[in-house]
Amino acid sequence: MSEHEYTPKSKFGKWFNDRLPLLTLANHLTDYPTPKNLNYWWTFGGILTFCLITQIVTGLVLAMHYIAHADMAFASVEHIMRDVNYGWLIRYIHANGASMFFLAVYIHIFRSLFYGSYKSPREIIWIIGIIIYLLMMAAAFLGYVLPWGQMSFWGATVITNLFSAIPLVGEGIVTWLWGGYSVDNPTLTRFFTLHYLIPFLILGLVVLHIWALHVPGNNNPVGIDIKKPSKDTVPFHPYIVIKDGFALLMFMIVFAFFVFYTPNILGHADNYIEANPLVTPAHIVPEWYLLPFYAILRSVPDKLLGVIAMLSAILILAALPWLDTSKIRSAVFRPMYKQFYWILVADVLILGYVGAMPAEGLYLLIARIATAYYFIHFLVILPILGFRERTIPVPLSITESVLGGSPNLAVAKKKDNFQSQ
Amino acid sequence: MSEKKTNRRDFLFTATYAVGAVGVGATVWPMIDQMNPDASVKALASTEVDVSSVIPGNTITVLWRGKPVFIRRRTEDEIAEAKSVSLKDLKHPEKDEDRAKNPEWLVMLGVCTHLGCVPLDQKGDYNGWFCPCHGSHYDISGRIRKGPAPTNMEIPEYKFVDANTIKIG
Repeated sequence: MSEHEYTPKSKFGKWFNDRLPLLTLANHLTDYPTPKNLNYWWTFGGILTFCLITQIVTGLVLAMHYIAHADMAFASVEHIMRDVNYGWLIRYIHANGASMFFLAVYIHIFRSLFYGSYKSPREIIWIIGIIIYLLMMAAAFLGYVLPWGQMSFWGATVITNLFSAIPLVGEGIVTWLWGGYSVDNPTLTRFFTLHYLIPFLILGLVVLHIWALHVPGNNNPVGIDIKKPSKDTVPFHPYIVIKDGFALLMFMIVFAFFVFYTPNILGHADNYIEANPLVTPAHIVPEWYLLPFYAILRSVPDKLLGVIAMLSAILILAALPWLDTSKIRSAVFRPMYKQFYWILVADVLILGYVGAMPAEGLYLLIARIATAYYFIHFLVILPILGFRERTIPVPLSITESVLGGSPNLAVAKKKDNFQSQ
Repeated sequence: MSEKKTNRRDFLFTATYAVGAVGVGATVWPMIDQMNPDASVKALASTEVDVSSVIPGNTITVLWRGKPVFIRRRTEDEIAEAKSVSLKDLKHPEKDEDRAKNPEWLVMLGVCTHLGCVPLDQKGDYNGWFCPCHGSHYDISGRIRKGPAPTNMEIPEYKFVDANTIKIG
């Protein structure tokens, strides 16, 4: 946080700010000292804020036309697509917006993994982020049920049945979630309510996420602590605002491509068939962004253990700041970690691929190996690597890493000491 | 006040917390219980089915409590096959006699016990049902033989009202 006291220039501004310091907050946000070496992987925080607002605004509009009733939901979505002015556009933005949201969040998470942004003192930012990610998955799942197509219905059936794996109380919980003996109208109305609620919970958590970020300040590609403000920082406005804005424009081109040219490519044709409780579609798969976890679920041949494995795969991320024992944040200075990082990326992509394929034969074998590796990465490799790895000496400042060497002898000497350690 | 002695004030605090907790519980419970099946859902709990048109070797599917129920009229071969299976080969050992009181008729919930999909008829490695979602194979008695499902497909409460009518529920 900037240390200097801020005083508004105008008399009214001062009067208002003394009563509610909104101008102080605005000043903090504009002057907020940001590492000057942030690359484009750091622009996804802003992009995600855009995604959240897009989903809330388009969702609000859709809710004005949608009818949450088992007999009418499917028809009301078609009504939005055919009759409502620009309804097709708003729905396609909302449906593809969910995918864009997850695309951005995965890049954001993997950026954090590469540059060690989850490490001390940023553990709370990271954990809030994981909670946001969990809520995003819940919102996406609930929203997918609302059109009441075949995939909606059977997706809802499969996911709610995950709770039946809980010993003793599982069946009771599932009946309670359904409000009946199967997924039906009571299920739909409560899913709609919760789908409407969750984005606002996410919004609140985003505020906490950014608040927690502004205490230590941004991590950076070099992954070292920097003085703020100093020669290593630039003010958030205009430098980062312009850079985030440019990246957002690029992102919106991709977004618009999906909305206008292939609006259904990320969905499933089965969801244009109205829900039928008597027929399960031949091949049930979740949306692409849940496939890696789906693969983990299916790779375990036991119901309860499969559910536990899937949940652990997500929750293990919350423990990451303590599982990764290395003091060096950025993978740039961790030659071994860098390789394991890319293996993990490949592993998750493979899980996503086999999650979309039938769970049999070679696919099942690959899914099992990839699942095992996923857990080994976090539970075995990361804790050991922190002690075993020979890291590359870290520069003392961002400027040094850019300009190479340091003209300051005292600093150069300190650097030698650092290297010899 | 240096000694830790239970006094009037401690008692009042504890009593206040206890009454408060009961009050919160009594307020929260209706909020939770309202999500359980309501009276109108419970009222639709039984269904009567006319099975006179089902010929041996065929299955009909009826809806009961929003879920499919398979009613299969089994052939002599199928009954013999179901009875010949050794209980040792079963993940969830149940005799065919216990699942189909009248061996000609198998009445069971058409819901995979893994995650609730509807298995497909006359498919899979055991000549019974196959769940397309996660690959569970059931035999001609609806017993789980292979795949992630933990138990056999459930047999609902049912009875023959007369020779041609089954009442489920």
